[in-house]
Amino acid sequence: MVDSKTSPGISVRNLYKIFGKNPEQYVDMVKEGMTKTELNEQYGHVLGLKDINIEMPAGGIQVVMGLSGSGKSTLIRHINRLIDPTAGEVIVGDADVCKMSAGQLREFRRHETAMVFQKFALLPHRTVLDNAVYGLEVQGVSRAEQIERAQRWIDRVGLTGFERSYPNQLSGGMQQRVGLARALTNDAPILLMDEAFSALDPLIRMDMQSVLLDLQKEIRKTVVFITHDLDEALRLGDKIAILRDGEIVQQGTGQDIVLNPADDYISNFVKEVNRGRVILVETIMKPLSGDPEGMGIVTGTTLEEAAKTMTDANTAMAHVTDAGGKPVGSLDIHDVIAAMVTPVAHEEAIAAE
Amino acid sequence: MEWLYEFPSMNGASLRALKKAIDEGFRSFTRAYGEYFELFFEPLKHFLIASEDFMTETPWPVILIIIAFIAWLASRDLRIVIGSVVTLLLIGYFDMWEDTMKTISMIFVCTVLAIFIGIPIGIIMSRSDRVQAVVNPILDIMQTMPSFVYLIPVVMLLGIGKVPGLIAVVIYAIPPIIRLTNLGIRLVDKDVLEAADAFGSSNWQRLKNVQMPLALPTIMAGINQTIMMALAMVVVASMIGVQGLGQPVLRAITNQYFTLGVFNGLAIVGIAIIFDRTSQAFGKRLQKHQEVIHG
Ligand SMILES: Nc1ncnc2c1ncn2[C@@H]1O[C@H](COP(=O)(O)OP(=O)(O)OP(=O)(O)O)[C@@H](O)[C@H]1O
Ligand SMILES: [Mg+2]
Repeated sequence: MVDSKTSPGISVRNLYKIFGKNPEQYVDMVKEGMTKTELNEQYGHVLGLKDINIEMPAGGIQVVMGLSGSGKSTLIRHINRLIDPTAGEVIVGDADVCKMSAGQLREFRRHETAMVFQKFALLPHRTVLDNAVYGLEVQGVSRAEQIERAQRWIDRVGLTGFERSYPNQLSGGMQQRVGLARALTNDAPILLMDEAFSALDPLIRMDMQSVLLDLQKEIRKTVVFITHDLDEALRLGDKIAILRDGEIVQQGTGQDIVLNPADDYISNFVKEVNRGRVILVETIMKPLSGDPEGMGIVTGTTLEEAAKTMTDANTAMAHVTDAGGKPVGSLDIHDVIAAMVTPVAHEEAIAAE
Repeated sequence: MEWLYEFPSMNGASLRALKKAIDEGFRSFTRAYGEYFELFFEPLKHFLIASEDFMTETPWPVILIIIAFIAWLASRDLRIVIGSVVTLLLIGYFDMWEDTMKTISMIFVCTVLAIFIGIPIGIIMSRSDRVQAVVNPILDIMQTMPSFVYLIPVVMLLGIGKVPGLIAVVIYAIPPIIRLTNLGIRLVDKDVLEAADAFGSSNWQRLKNVQMPLALPTIMAGINQTIMMALAMVVVASMIGVQGLGQPVLRAITNQYFTLGVFNGLAIVGIAIIFDRTSQAFGKRLQKHQEVIHG
């Protein structure tokens, strides 16, 4: 079993999923390059996932993005094996989820994972409180402890006072937060969040993102987070993977993806993004020539923050320092602003490499 | 051309022999094991007698209060409570109290039995398509077979009396509970089940926490139908010695006592309505939180 003190990493290897009557029969054809459309038109099977390889960082947030129907929900369901893969493996810590017995799988789901569902999937006959305690109840935790632990998260997601309400008495966004409280109450090292914030209004959404980030500062959980929203992905994700038609088209850090989109599909994704919040000063700094000028700005600062500090201090030049304070490059306010506003076209981005 | 007008049936002698062989077989089976069956059903007899004694020997105002209270607990609807009390008072006023109590006791025991047998069968059925494929046709036969036919083997095996009557009624009335338990569990929202799985529910926890509660309104509809069918069977079952409102009806048929028949018939209708409204209101209350108000 996985050690529950430190959150385990998750690695998905050569994962294939085909939906239909005889999926095994078609895996080889898909491996040899048959496309989703061909498989569907000629054999009536749906290609859910194709050759997925992701190393999800232990204690970090892995974001999965992609358009509707690209296989995000299918992928996240493999991690706690709500769906069995057609081929490939899912390794959590050092255990292969696909090889677990029914009993082991149950223990794994009880203690290692918690999930927030895209369609909420609340128990309609239970109150908010009784929904939130569900995971603990299944584990056999005492009722008093169940309530104490659940109440904390009900308060934290802003549902105080609704403990005795039933899901059908709540708005969609409130229901989603019940789902969130239910998962967080479980306090599992792995958190699977399938569009967990998609039904929330922008303000509550920001607030919930902060909840997640605060939680990550206290206890570093391994989080798999699905979203359609690139800004959200960039704010939360330590790593981002982008899916299209069941295949991974690019993965890397937010900055990698914004600066070097692998193809037009991703360029379209990143076109509208607020670059100032993503690109870091070290990415655009120039080599030091002579003495470091102006104020020092530490690496890891975003352009937006750098621009703000520099304009506040009323300087046009600054130098970038490493964590120890040693100067490593120089920064011109013009370059900073130019990088924030110029949407680099795909070709140029490649040329710039 | 004669064969066109006369169906080429099995010849009389072999048909007689066949029927005789089956009857003989069943009769010797009865002779050999009838006693054990009676022994087996002994606890049922005690249950039946205890329930009947309670209903007939408790002072009528107490019974009235108990029924009104149960109706209130189940429906939380004052109109239903008042309707039940008025119906029972009328029944009592027309001197049918005792028979009505016997019938209610019979229906009560039947329903309890049908629930204890029917729900587990329904659960098993819902878990396996193969079991469903076997049980469904049996239920079809049970529901289309004329109710009188059930009386014959039961009487041969156990003779005339309360217990054989009870068994005939249960056999006749149990299919809706089984069917609707199966259906209710199969209709439970897949997303909710998936969530229960994702948190590591065992099969039992899944059944207890998700499937049964969500199927309960449907199961309640099954119980309601079972009660109605049991009431309908009460008159038939009185032919083999079940006491209650059925017997006066039977007497009315053989002696052409029109008014006696109508009064007792109306009493049956009256308690049918009480049971129906109460159990339906209860089912509705169970469903309250499952209706989707927000999308
Ligand atoms: N049980 C199933 N049987 C057949 N096909 C399925 C099944 N589940 C998913 N699919 C198919 O797999 C593909 C990916 O579906 P999935 O639900 O993973 O998409 P998604 O990326 O989560 O989309 P969305 O953003 O709309 O939630 C779709 O083409 C879908 O039709
Ligand atoms: Mg999805």
